[in-house]
Amino acid sequence: MAQEAQKERSMILQKEMIEGLFNDLGKAKELGKKVCYTFIPGNLSELIRTFDMLPVYPEINALQSAMRKKSASYIKEAERHAHSEDVCTYVKCDVGMMMKGNIGPTGEKIPEPDILLLSYTGCFTFLKWFETLKREYPNAKVIMVHTPYQENATITPEMTQYMVKQFKEEVIPQMEAVTGIKYDEGKLKKMLALSKESEDLITKIFDTTKHKPSPIDAYFAGVYYIGPINIGFRGTQEAVDYYKELYNEIQERIRLGLGPITPEGEMKEEKYRLVVEGPPNWTSFREFWKIFYDMGAVIVASSYTKVGGVYDMGWRHDPTRPLESLAEYCMNCYTNLSIPQRIDLLSNCITEYAADGYITNSIKSCNSFSAGQLGMMREIEDRLEVPVGFIESDLVDPRYFSYSNIKNRLESYFQMLEQRKIIQEKEVV
Amino acid sequence: MKPLEEIIKYCEQVSFDLNFTYSKKWKEEKEGRVIVGYMPIYFPREIIHAAGGMAVGVFGGGDRKQIIKGDAYYQSYICHIPRSIMELALDKHTAHFDGYIFPSICDVIRNLSGIFKQQKIGKFVKYMDFPQNFLPEIGGVFYQQEMQHVLKYIKEINGIEVTTERLNHSIDLYNKNRRLIDFIYKVRQDFPWRLSITDVYHIIRAGTVITVEDHNEILEQVCEHIKKDIGVPQDKIKIVISGAFCEQPAIGLIRAIEEAGCYVVDDDYMLGSRMIIGDIESKSKNPLEAISNSYIKQSQYSSSIYDVNDPKEFRLAKIVKDRGADGVIFASASFCDPSLLDAPIFQNAFNKLGIRYIAFQYSENINQFKVIKEQVGAFSDSIKLWEDEPVIEIQD
Repeated sequence: MAQEAQKERSMILQKEMIEGLFNDLGKAKELGKKVCYTFIPGNLSELIRTFDMLPVYPEINALQSAMRKKSASYIKEAERHAHSEDVCTYVKCDVGMMMKGNIGPTGEKIPEPDILLLSYTGCFTFLKWFETLKREYPNAKVIMVHTPYQENATITPEMTQYMVKQFKEEVIPQMEAVTGIKYDEGKLKKMLALSKESEDLITKIFDTTKHKPSPIDAYFAGVYYIGPINIGFRGTQEAVDYYKELYNEIQERIRLGLGPITPEGEMKEEKYRLVVEGPPNWTSFREFWKIFYDMGAVIVASSYTKVGGVYDMGWRHDPTRPLESLAEYCMNCYTNLSIPQRIDLLSNCITEYAADGYITNSIKSCNSFSAGQLGMMREIEDRLEVPVGFIESDLVDPRYFSYSNIKNRLESYFQMLEQRKIIQEKEVV
Repeated sequence: MKPLEEIIKYCEQVSFDLNFTYSKKWKEEKEGRVIVGYMPIYFPREIIHAAGGMAVGVFGGGDRKQIIKGDAYYQSYICHIPRSIMELALDKHTAHFDGYIFPSICDVIRNLSGIFKQQKIGKFVKYMDFPQNFLPEIGGVFYQQEMQHVLKYIKEINGIEVTTERLNHSIDLYNKNRRLIDFIYKVRQDFPWRLSITDVYHIIRAGTVITVEDHNEILEQVCEHIKKDIGVPQDKIKIVISGAFCEQPAIGLIRAIEEAGCYVVDDDYMLGSRMIIGDIESKSKNPLEAISNSYIKQSQYSSSIYDVNDPKEFRLAKIVKDRGADGVIFASASFCDPSLLDAPIFQNAFNKLGIRYIAFQYSENINQFKVIKEQVGAFSDSIKLWEDEPVIEIQD
């Protein structure tokens, strides 16, 4: 029998928040709420809440389906309807789930969308995804927000103005029309102030990995930590309370000199500190994580936890500039950064968090992340002379998770790290 | 007027000159000339022309360049074109290029722009963020700013300030170019035997690597040739090719489709050269606005353009109807997200509309087409056998 996973109190809190959201979604009609499907990168949670809508995140449904071992059948269903084997498996999982009755991860039927809010941030596939959904939900209003790419590692006033104009002239009027609620900037500003609080807290939380041993795993546990801020709770007091609780828990772990909690309990010895680029595999999440903690490897920073917003460089939502701030948020998400920016960000993480190595988990069906990762890896290796490792898997398609291949590669990688440590210690002596 | 065979031979040679010798010579002839490489699909070449430059299409190495270095940059499950573009750049085939434009078509090409920046290839690298908002006062303004950025880069190299007159003149030349290409397709719609699709491909692709002035001369001569009743009609069905707009199929594959019994009466192989339908206003006081408006209002459908307000499946169905085609071949490059993600949309609609189709995938460097040829041949035969079966009427 599988061992019951140990959970921190904050994990339980988060579970309750998510269950509450799905329960509300199940009763959306009864509650008289409009439903807005949107994506995590560039999510306009505060604006959605300003119009009292309930958000649905197709990627979250897909990854939750994968963790519950349901994604394989959804993907097959989509492939039976002309979806290629070689495209984003989030899309296929979502489409397959819809074809099989749209029963969400918690067993509740997910309501049809009133709005498909296409925050086209850092991922071209989002655009294709909602083109597909529009054919399935012809009555839904599709609202497109084109987020300019940070090609020159900067956000120009022109880029911000382009987005603000879209908000003012397209997004807000259409949200008003669908919901019948007038835009209330005061309400939005209050939420943005709370967003800033959550962002301050999550930055402090991910910064705790500077401690040795690191009190948290910033990838495998990190994906839980980013949950509330990414899936519609940013801008709420609930999220602020959650992050305060989490921060206090972590402070206590630091005080006691403890390492991260894993599904099998506390990690006893921190042998390797790593930075990881790329999303995790969701179909075999626990097995994947286990390979790392069995080897004493802790992830001290990851790019994936920045996919819904990059806060560690100091940027925050600003209630005094509400729409400009939402625009900057969208443009600052990780996959909307240029490749040189991504390299700089990850290099900083390696240095700041004193990492021993850098690993790329290259996802077969996510070109937004994967295209360019080999060049990034080479540059980081040259720049920092840090050992780099490379593994391949997929988001939610279990056919592309090969446990033995990944384990073999990681074992070799950890052997290399071990050898390097021995050599470095000899050099010091 | 040169013989048609001679023109086609020249176009074939210049299209697949992976050293881009024509542009190199052109640049050397006069100081201040600038070469800007652009990737698929579309780029408004008019602005480069007006700035004293030449836009040169970079469509990968096809099956004519062995990939060694490029494979070190891209995983096996990423399409082939970025690795072959890297190979061309790293092997100095494009060493005389001043800058590179990466139009916003997919995540792979977008991230390739970052790799070029990181490798410091060229004097400038521009990711051209085409608007996905189609209001002239919002998306249109943003697009004009994007074009201004390109012009600024070129001015920094050659000092040329683009004027309204120069831009309007360039627009005129490219309008003529598009009209001549359109004429070729119109002739082929009724008389596809006068010029094979392989020849059409070479002629149009040549236009991406030579000056528009030279290309217009070639096109004018080709148009004169195909006005005559040349060639011998064969018993083939008419089809439209869709999905091959970025990574290009090998010439052998383009030829194999026709040899297997299909006249290709429309396609999206060189979509960028035909992206704007009709003329761009060439008397405008704000030519950048005219170019921007043409993109917003007169673009061909594309897998890279958000289409909810103008669904692509009905636009392709209309092309099929207007061309009198019997069916569609969906040809997607392996691992091409935009093309493959569109496949279910097209195929579901065509099942309902009763438009016949087949689909296959290719890679630019494969040159074994036996299986595809058999598939296309069977498709052609099946249409001929059931040609009396009524097809659902498509509304204009």
